Amino acid sequence: MNDNNGNTDFAPWEDPAEKPLIEFRNVTKRFGDFTAIDDLSINIYDKEFYALLGPSGCGKTTLMRMLAGFETPTEGQILLDGQDMAAVPPNKRPTNMMFQSYALFPHLSVAENIAFGLKRSDMPKSEIAGRVDEMLRLTRLEQFGKRKPHQISGGQRQRVALARSLAKAPKLLLLDEPLGALDKKLRQDTQFELMDIQEKTGTTFVIVTHDQEEAMTVASRIAVMDAGRIIQVATPDRLYENPNSVYVADFIGEINLIEGKAEPLGDKLTEIHWAEGEAPIIGTAPADLAKGTACHFAIRPEKVAISSERPETHANAVQGQVHDIAYLGNISTYHVKLKNGQIIKAQAANNRRLSRRNFTWEDPVWLSWTDTAGVILTQ
Amino acid sequence: MRRKLLIAIPYFWLLVLFLVPFLIVLKISLSDTAIARPPYTPTLDLSLGWAGVKDFFSQLDMENFTFLTEDALYWKAYLSSLEIALVATLATLIVGFPIAYGMAKAPSEWRPTLMMLIILPFWTSFLIRIYAWIGILSNEGYLNQILLWSGIIDEPLKIINTTMAVYIGIVYTYLPFMILPIYATLEKLDESLLEAAEDLGCSRLSAFWLVTLPLAKPGIIAGCFLVFIPAIGEFVIPSLLGGSQTLMIGKVLWEEFFSNRDWPVASAVAVILLLILVIPIILFQRNEQKNREEG
Repeated sequence: MNDNNGNTDFAPWEDPAEKPLIEFRNVTKRFGDFTAIDDLSINIYDKEFYALLGPSGCGKTTLMRMLAGFETPTEGQILLDGQDMAAVPPNKRPTNMMFQSYALFPHLSVAENIAFGLKRSDMPKSEIAGRVDEMLRLTRLEQFGKRKPHQISGGQRQRVALARSLAKAPKLLLLDEPLGALDKKLRQDTQFELMDIQEKTGTTFVIVTHDQEEAMTVASRIAVMDAGRIIQVATPDRLYENPNSVYVADFIGEINLIEGKAEPLGDKLTEIHWAEGEAPIIGTAPADLAKGTACHFAIRPEKVAISSERPETHANAVQGQVHDIAYLGNISTYHVKLKNGQIIKAQAANNRRLSRRNFTWEDPVWLSWTDTAGVILTQ
Repeated sequence: MRRKLLIAIPYFWLLVLFLVPFLIVLKISLSDTAIARPPYTPTLDLSLGWAGVKDFFSQLDMENFTFLTEDALYWKAYLSSLEIALVATLATLIVGFPIAYGMAKAPSEWRPTLMMLIILPFWTSFLIRIYAWIGILSNEGYLNQILLWSGIIDEPLKIINTTMAVYIGIVYTYLPFMILPIYATLEKLDESLLEAAEDLGCSRLSAFWLVTLPLAKPGIIAGCFLVFIPAIGEFVIPSLLGGSQTLMIGKVLWEEFFSNRDWPVASAVAVILLLILVIPIILFQRNEQKNREEG
């Protein structure tokens, strides 16, 4: 998923010689007593598609508004291209923003909206019309240039907002929940369109979203935020497979969390004692844990196999009863209740017709997984 | 059917309260003065039958309207009314816009109070409020006393009985009509539009010119008409504050009716005033309709 730049090796954050385009250095933002951003440091690199993901009120919008210049940090520094941005007002920054409400000027036509920023720049008048046409083509709005914003659909308005914010060829484009107002189907199409445009223009994009699927689809890296702090910054696949905390594991996708105490077996293999009378779970810890450390074993439902007989091959197997089945068309999620009452979700692809399904409600089943399928989290 | 009936009610209202009185005034404007009761002739006497009706219409003529063009007083009064109304409207806009803007930017919990303060003067009789201005503006009034006491001026300012006093009176009286429609448009203005303008390279000031002002335009136009239309026919303010110097058509009209008891000429003055006002009223209607279509 992280190869949206057509280059699987696009990972400037792993190259220590690479200079970040944007640097947050210990930035704190307070509104009165409320701390919106708490001592936050991140680096964003040129040509990245960087997603800020988190629940509402986590500070992601504040972070973006500080980049645009509408808010100034209470403490710390924000550097763009190595230059401190604190004293630079929004209209002097090489950034443009696409607003959640689109904020199109209702008294101006689509073409005039796109030209608005160009007219404020030092671009010669003769070139503005050409640039506007180019943006209209890029966003497939050629026929709508003369319409007013209230005369076009929501999806078209979204594209006008994008065209307007890209027209000045900013170094950095900020997108505040850009697809929030679109319905699901249109949103998915637009996500790919956004990636396409980002690739074509080579602009650095920072997107704010609360939709983890959207962030996973478009972003080269995702920063998961909670209560004004960054919890984890990673590529979508690393975030999904190697969450660093229970919060991230729980926020991104579905997961089973089993609480227990660790008992290292050596060579990073760890036993987790989680319930009386059940065999301990064998998993792989990121580092050797001290005996008795409280931890969570986290495993994605699709990595849990479901079978009627106890499988011999997998390191872990538990017995339970089918409690519930969520049928999603392509896959089904089985909620299996264990003897101690804990529910474990297991996903299986529906590669057979429904009438020939293997399991149904109340069936006794075995759940199994390998010793590397899950992660052990101590945070 | 029911719908038609529903629409018929306001139409009937307009017919009775507007069209019929207008036709009566129009008829009087085509009559001649007479020392009689009512003080004009002819009057329709239906007891004479068809001949009476024919006789009645044969006596109507445009004489009064020709008279209005011959005496310079009337067209001068019309012109000076237009000028005073225009200048006063502009002055009301200049005073009213910042107030409306301030109200729209005020914290939302203050707005009902501010709105209340704007409407509050209506609770006192208009006439009393204008009399109060005499007390403020006259040579011995509060304004002159304060200015003399503070040493800013040595001689009392002559404001009362000048056109200046009329302007002050009109701006004061009609200010709410300017503020309210402008406030209504500014309050709806989405703050993110201004941020977008800034983000695209505007300074605060140019964002105001390029975004706030164009979007407030419907409110500004509505406010201007709401001030201009009544101001042009204003009678109380020029007669109480403007003294004899100020020439306004409302005053001329009043004098024709009550001092000269020349109802036909007074009616002719009123008919022409109405015709002058029809133009801005139609323009105002167009503006409102356009806003409805776009909104």
